[in-house]
Amino acid sequence: MSNLTQSTVAAGVRPSRAVRRQRAMRRARNVAGLFPFFIYTMIFFGAPTVMVVVKAFQDQKGHWTLANVAESIQTVYFDSFVESLKLSFWSASTGTIVGFAATYALLKTGNAWLRKIVQTAAGVFANTGGIPLAFMFIAALGTYGMVTQWLQKIGIDIYGGRWTLFGFSGLLIVYLYFQIPLMVIVILPALDAQKKEWREAATNLGASTRQYWLHVGGPILFAPVAGAFLLLFANAFAAYATARALTSGTLPLVPLQIGSLLSGNVIADKANLGFALGFGMIVIVAIAMSIYNVTQKRAAKWLQS
Amino acid sequence: MAAIVKRRKERHLFAWLTLALVALYFLLPLVSATEFSLRENNGTHGLDAYRSILQQPDFRDVIMLTLRLTVISVVLSLVIMVPTVTMVHLGAKKYRRLVEFISLQPLVIPPIVLVLGVVNVMPVSWLGSADLLGFEYVVLAMPFTFRALDAGLMNLDVKTIVDAARGLGASWLTVLVRVVAPNLKSGIFGAMFLTIALVLGEFTMASLMLWNTFPTWIATVGQSDAALSVALSVASLAFAWVLLVLISFADRRRKA
Repeated sequence: MSNLTQSTVAAGVRPSRAVRRQRAMRRARNVAGLFPFFIYTMIFFGAPTVMVVVKAFQDQKGHWTLANVAESIQTVYFDSFVESLKLSFWSASTGTIVGFAATYALLKTGNAWLRKIVQTAAGVFANTGGIPLAFMFIAALGTYGMVTQWLQKIGIDIYGGRWTLFGFSGLLIVYLYFQIPLMVIVILPALDAQKKEWREAATNLGASTRQYWLHVGGPILFAPVAGAFLLLFANAFAAYATARALTSGTLPLVPLQIGSLLSGNVIADKANLGFALGFGMIVIVAIAMSIYNVTQKRAAKWLQS
Repeated sequence: MAAIVKRRKERHLFAWLTLALVALYFLLPLVSATEFSLRENNGTHGLDAYRSILQQPDFRDVIMLTLRLTVISVVLSLVIMVPTVTMVHLGAKKYRRLVEFISLQPLVIPPIVLVLGVVNVMPVSWLGSADLLGFEYVVLAMPFTFRALDAGLMNLDVKTIVDAARGLGASWLTVLVRVVAPNLKSGIFGAMFLTIALVLGEFTMASLMLWNTFPTWIATVGQSDAALSVALSVASLAFAWVLLVLISFADRRRKA
């Protein structure tokens, strides 16, 4: 059927009315087939999201106001945005650097067997999060953790000072458990695409290793690495479960603030503040993801040719 | 010449050293958790914590609820996403970008924000049923289900096989169930496993919608019995990892 239609069009003849009608019906049926998907996402995803955005700009009587948004960027709530951004920034940058180094080292060894293991493990670890991850680290670095006890035996008491697993730096260490593997997954194809010929060409033209990375390898890898950083940033920024389990809400992070506002641990007139905080989170993640999309397009352009 | 070889060897040594350090970071918590879960009161090691899992009073309820949510999410995911992604590859190509865009949005809206909207927008009667949580998990899984099915359909000349089946008089349902689905096996399995792994690990929405699923239960148990909660964590991680390793093997077979 479709072959026939194509040849008619190719010959420059206007398709007959029957053919046109059939095509219109096919188009209508195709769109209709997508209806369940659209309706489902509208009810279970669109409506709740729109609700958060609208309520962020309303008071409890439904009047429009900027008071919630204004309050969400003041006092403790401002601090929690700063704390969340700091945690996301540090875990994303450390994850980017360590993940990059590990991937680079992996390719340097040229071991195909090791590569398979690392790829599988990265896929598995990147999806490890939440409660089990938190308890795993409590078992390792908690007050009675195995690593803590080992270190005590050789004379290092990590709980001797002010450090604790349940604070900012502790959370940072735990987040790296899913950040580093995510970096490996994202950057491996980009590092793989680094062509030997580029390096050889540069060397033949007299470039040193330093010059190669500064003028060829670096600029090409900039877009994918920046993109990976943003992905890791958004990933850490949205995380709730691990932080909840480890800090039991003592560290002011935006997701934890929303959580406690939602479970009603707060005075009633602040109810709409949660929506403003949620709106703030959406804005920040959306900005990070939009820049990510731009870097991906740039990276694709470079790596294709 | 010898100097170059030596330098290269040194560099390889450095690469292996880097990898060993990173591996240590990933293995230590695993080993610790296993050791911790095997600790017994009198300072010895044994399987007490694992044995006590089955004796927990609410274990049965928690498992039943989690299984129920898993089944709802997996079935509903497939029922909605398989026809949609097939359609998108078949005739509604114009809509591929739109469907992809919508499917990936749950990565932009964090679950903590989504649940905030859900408890405020959904009718009270829906909020009273745990099934709503399963319906929301379908949304959270969409980025993964879309990608898995989309990749599967990329490798398939779906237009030809569907036209052939239709030409032979098959109904649309027959085409989907008996022609598209069998050819899309690895994509469907990938989508299924990822959805299962998601449901078994999801904490944010479950805890804030006040349902006692496996992850929220581990968190509650952790407040009174550390060894038991670590044992539960190890067990659930082991299960999720087996699933995820299976996906990566299925993936590799598809690419090969």
